Amino acid sequence: MKKLLAYLKAYRRESILGPLFKLLEASFELIVPLVVAAIIDNGIGGGNKGYILRMCLVLVALGLIGLVCSVTAQYFAARASVGFVKKLRSALYAHIQLFSYADLDRIGASTLITRMTSDLNQVQTGLNLTLRLFLRSPFVVFGAMIMAFTIDVRAALWFALAIPALSIVVFGIMLVTIPLYRKVQEALDRVLQAARQNLLGVRVLRAFGLEEREKRAFDEKNDALNAMQRHVGRISALMNPVTYVIINLAILALIRTGALRVEAGLITQGAVVALYNYMSQILVELIKLANLIINITKSVACARRVQAVLDMPAGQKTLADAPKGDAAYRVQFASAGFRYSASGEEAISDVSLNVKPGETVGVIGGTGSGKSTLVSLIPRFYDATSGQVFVDGRDVRTYDITQLRRMIGVVPQKAALFKGTIRDNLRWGDPDAGDEDLLKAAALAQAEDVLAAKGGLDGQIEQGGRNLSGGQKQRLTIARALVRRPSILILDDSASALDYATDAALRKALSSLDYRPTVFVVSQRASSVMHADQIAVMDNGRLAGVGTHDELMKTCGVYREIYATQFRQEDEKP
Amino acid sequence: MSKQKAPKGTLRQVLSYIRPYRALVALSVALSALCVALTLYVPVLLGRAIDHIAGPEQVDFGVILPILSKVALMVGVTALAQWLVNTVNNRVTYQVVREVRSHAFARLQVLPLSYLDSQPAGDIVSRLIADVDQFSDGLLMGFTQLFTGAVTILGTLGFMLSIRPGIALVVVVLTPLSFVVARFIASRSYSHFRRQSDVRGEQTAFIDEMLTNQKVVKAFGQEQETMKRFDEINGRLEKSSLRAIFFSSLTNPCTRFVNNVVYAAVALAGALLCVSTAGEPEAFTVGSLSALLAYANQYTKPFNEISGVVTELQNALACAARVFRLIGQEAETPDAPDARTLSDVQGRVDIENVFFSYTPERPLIEGFDLNVKPGQHVAIVGPTGCGKTTLINLLMRFYDVNAGSISVEGTDIRSVTRKSLRAGYGMVLQDTWLRAGTIRENVAMGRPDASDEEIRSACERAYAHSFIMRLPRGYDTVIGEDGGALSQGQKQLLCIARVMLCLPPMLILDEATSSIDTRTEMRIQQAFLSMMEGRTAFIVAHRLSTIREADVILVMKSGHIVEQGSHAELLARNGFYAQLYNSQLAG
Repeated sequence: MKKLLAYLKAYRRESILGPLFKLLEASFELIVPLVVAAIIDNGIGGGNKGYILRMCLVLVALGLIGLVCSVTAQYFAARASVGFVKKLRSALYAHIQLFSYADLDRIGASTLITRMTSDLNQVQTGLNLTLRLFLRSPFVVFGAMIMAFTIDVRAALWFALAIPALSIVVFGIMLVTIPLYRKVQEALDRVLQAARQNLLGVRVLRAFGLEEREKRAFDEKNDALNAMQRHVGRISALMNPVTYVIINLAILALIRTGALRVEAGLITQGAVVALYNYMSQILVELIKLANLIINITKSVACARRVQAVLDMPAGQKTLADAPKGDAAYRVQFASAGFRYSASGEEAISDVSLNVKPGETVGVIGGTGSGKSTLVSLIPRFYDATSGQVFVDGRDVRTYDITQLRRMIGVVPQKAALFKGTIRDNLRWGDPDAGDEDLLKAAALAQAEDVLAAKGGLDGQIEQGGRNLSGGQKQRLTIARALVRRPSILILDDSASALDYATDAALRKALSSLDYRPTVFVVSQRASSVMHADQIAVMDNGRLAGVGTHDELMKTCGVYREIYATQFRQEDEKP
Repeated sequence: MSKQKAPKGTLRQVLSYIRPYRALVALSVALSALCVALTLYVPVLLGRAIDHIAGPEQVDFGVILPILSKVALMVGVTALAQWLVNTVNNRVTYQVVREVRSHAFARLQVLPLSYLDSQPAGDIVSRLIADVDQFSDGLLMGFTQLFTGAVTILGTLGFMLSIRPGIALVVVVLTPLSFVVARFIASRSYSHFRRQSDVRGEQTAFIDEMLTNQKVVKAFGQEQETMKRFDEINGRLEKSSLRAIFFSSLTNPCTRFVNNVVYAAVALAGALLCVSTAGEPEAFTVGSLSALLAYANQYTKPFNEISGVVTELQNALACAARVFRLIGQEAETPDAPDARTLSDVQGRVDIENVFFSYTPERPLIEGFDLNVKPGQHVAIVGPTGCGKTTLINLLMRFYDVNAGSISVEGTDIRSVTRKSLRAGYGMVLQDTWLRAGTIRENVAMGRPDASDEEIRSACERAYAHSFIMRLPRGYDTVIGEDGGALSQGQKQLLCIARVMLCLPPMLILDEATSSIDTRTEMRIQQAFLSMMEGRTAFIVAHRLSTIREADVILVMKSGHIVEQGSHAELLARNGFYAQLYNSQLAG
C-alpha cells in the first residue's frame, strides 16, 4: 500500500484540504442544536422575537457556510481521487509494457485487464469516499458526544454508553457478515461456472441426453446459493432494528435524566432538546460509516491486487559483454536450453544450430516439442537459461532489445490484429513505410484479396480482427512482418489456417524476396518444411536431427515417422 | 449499466413471479406501514414529554414517565416489525431470484442450438448472473423503499398538519426546492456521466485489445506507441471523470442546504408562534416545535431517495427484461407427441433431397442425397471453415433440415425422440469439451452407472488409461474447467473414452488437425479405427489414409457439398477434390 500512496503525493494539497473542509462542514452542523437550544431558552423563554429572527438567520448562515465547505471538499476529493487513479493507471500500464513474455505467461492477460479496469475503478470510488467521509463520520459521532458533555455531564454519560453499544452492533454485524458475503460470492461463482460450462458443452450434453441431469445439478448449486444468501440476509436484517432500539432507549434515558436535571434547575428545557438532537445525529453517521467501511475494505483489496502487479519485477537484463559466436552465421544456437520456470523441466535443452544469411530453416515436431520456444529465443521473447543464442555473432542478450527486434519479423501462431485501418496495422512493421511498401508486402503475403474485400489500406479492422476469417488474419499478419523487410523472418506455425494452395504460393513468394531474409518456418506439416535448406526436427525439447529432407529421411527416425503419418500414400500415389 | 427502457410486459412478468408470495408481500407492506407510523409517532410523544420539562419545579413526572414507557413499548414493536419486514423481503427476493435463475437455466436446455450459436456464451451467462442480481437488488429493494418513502412522506405530512397546519405549509412549500435542486444536478451530471462511461468504454476496449495481444505489441516494439495512445485516452478519462464525480457529488451538499433552510424556516415560524401564543389555551409548545423540527429533518429525505429509487427501478426492469427475453425465447420444436423411441439401430442412414441453410439469404446444402448402409464410413473433406459441422448439426438434429428428410433405419428422425436419436450416435469433436470434475465423472458422462471396471476398460481401449494412471490421483484426479492442465491430445483421448464406454452403433468423429503431437495422434487414430470397426461412421477427415479408405467421400467447400464419391471416382473427375489432394503433396 505504501508504494501506491506515493502516487497520491502529487495531490497532497487536495487530499489534506478535502477532509479539512469536510470537518469544517461537520463542525458547523454540530452548532445547529446549540442554536436551537438558544432559540428555545432565550427566544421563546424570553419572548424575544428579534432574537429568534437573528438566530434563525444564523441557522441559514451556518447552512450556507456548510454548503461552501462541503462543495470545496467534494471538489478536492474528486480531484485527488481521479488524479491519483489516472497516475496509477498510467504507471500500471507502463509497468505492464516492461513485462517479458515469461512474465506475461505467468500473470495472464485477463488478470491484468481486471487490474487495469474494475480494480482501479473501485480504488477511485474508495479513495473519493474516504477523503469525503472517513474523517467526517467519526468526527460527528465524537463531536456530538463532546458537545453533549459541554451541555451536561450527567446526561451526556448516556452518550458514552450508547456509542460503544452502537459501535459493537454495527461493526459486529459487519465483522460477521463480510466473510459470509464472500461465501455468497463463491456460491454465485459456482452457479456462474455451471451455466457457462453448460453453454460451452451444449452439443456434448445434448448428444448424451443429459439435459435433465444438468438441470438438477444447476438447481442444487442455485439452492445452495439461495440458502447462503438467506442466512446472511437474516443476520444483516438485524442491523436496523437493533440500532433503532439502542438509540431510542438512549433517548428515553436522556429525557428522563434531563427531566430530573431540569427539575433540579441544573439545565434548561432547550438543553434537553439539544441533547435529543445530538443523539439523532449519531445514528445517521454510524450507518454511513458502516457503509463506508464496507466500501473501503473492497477498495483496499483491489488496491492490494494492483500493488501486487506493480511489485512484480519486470524486464530483461541486457548483458554488457558475452562470449562471441561466429559472425559468418546470421543465427547461431550454441547448446541453448530454456526452462519456463526455475523448478520446471527444460522446454528445450542443448540445441545447437547454425544458420547462414538467406537460408530457410524448417522447424518441425509435435506439440510441446519446443519448436516455438526455440525460435522465441532469437528475438529474446525468452532468454536462454543455458547456452547462448547469437545473431550475427553477437549474443542476443547484448543487443538493445528494441534494436534486436527491429531486425526480426515475427508472424505469431495466433494471428492478432488491432482495431483501426489495415494501413495502421501493417505499419506496425515499419512506421515509416509508404503505401507502396504496404501494398507490396500484402501482395507477397497473398493478402491482396483481403485488401480488395475490405476496401484497401483504408479498410477498417474491428477489435481483435473480428471481421476477418482466420486465413485472412493470418495473411495480414504475414504482410505486417514483411513490411519491415526483416533480415530474419520467423513464421511460427503461421500457415495453419491457410489452405495448401495458398501455403505453397506463399512459400514461393518468400523465396523470391530481393533482400533475402533468413527464414524460420515452424510447422507441424512436413509439406511446409520439406523444401527448406535445412530442417531442424524437435522432439521432446531436443534436436532429433538437422539436415535436408533427403538426409533426414535416411538418418532421422522422428522425421520419418512424422512424414509417414502425413504422407503415407505418397509412394503408392497413382 | 446503460439506461434502457424495458418493454411493457416486463412488470407483469415480474409480478407473476412474486404472486406466490403475495401473502408475504402483503404482510411486509402492512408491517412497513406500521413501522413508518410508529417511527413518526415517537417524536410526537417525546415532544409531549419535553413540554412537561418546562423548568425547575415545573417537571411533571406523572405525565413524563408513562409517556416514556409507552415510547419504549412502541420502539420494541417497531424494531420487531422492521426485522420482520427485512426478513420477509429477503426471503421473497431470494426465492424469486432462485426461480428466475432456475427457469432461465431450464430454458437453456431446450433452446434451439441456432439461438445458442448466435449468442456469445458470455452474454447469456451475464444475463443469468449479473442481470438477475441487478434485478433483485434494484427491483425488490426499490419496491420497499418506494413504498416506505411514500408512506413516510404522507405520514410526516399528516402529523405535521395535525400539530400545526400553518407550519406544515411552510415545509410543504419549501421542500420541492430540494427536489428541484436534486433533479437539476442529476440532469446536469447525467451528460457528464455518459461522457465518462463512453471514454471508460473506449479505454477498456483498448486495454482489452492490447493486453490480450501484449506479446505482439512487444514483438513489434510498439510499447512506446501504445503507451502514448493509452495516456491520451487516460487523460481524457481523467477530465470526464472529474466532472462526472464532482457534479454528481454536489447533490448531497445542495439538498442538505435546502433542508437546512427549511429547518431554519420551521424554527423561525415555530418559535414566533410559541411566543405569540404563550399563555393561550391552544398554545404552540416547545415540545411541538421539537417534534416539527424532527419531522422537517426527515420529510425531505424520502424525496431524494425516491428519485434515486426510480432510476434504479428502471434499471432493474431493463435487466429483468433481458432475462425474460431469454426465458421467453422460443424453444426448439418439441419432439412429436407420438415420437417413438429409436431402438435397434443398425446404422442405416438415408438423406433424401435435403435443403438446409442457417439464413435464408445464404443457401448452403441443396438437394443433398446420401444413402449410408450399416457399417459404411463417410469421410467429410474440405478446407477449414467449409461447413463440416453443418452436417453434424443435421445428423444429430441440433438443427432441423429446411426440406427433405434424414432417416435412420428408414424412420424420419423428426418422428423419433431427440434423446433416442442422439443416443444412437457417439460423437468426438475436435473442439473437445470436458467439465470440471474427476476423470471418472467425465468418462462416465454418458453412462453414470458404469462400473469402475467398465470405465477402466473403455479408457484402455481409448489409449487413455496409461496417462490417466500417471496423473496424481488417477481416475479421481479433478480436472479444471475445459480440461485444465491436460494437453489437447489427452483431452481428445478422454472424449474418445467417453464414447467408448457407450459405444453406440453410429459415430461422428472429428480428426485432429495440427495441435496434437504425432504419437498421440497415432493413438487417436488407432482408437478411431477400433471404434469404427463394424459401425456406421461420419468422419471429418484430414488424413489421406482415412479419406482413401472411406466408402463415400463428401467434399465440402464454403458450406456447400461440391463433390461426392469414392477416392478413385473423385480423382478421376479431376475436380476440387483432385486439386485439394494434389496440392497437399505439391511443392
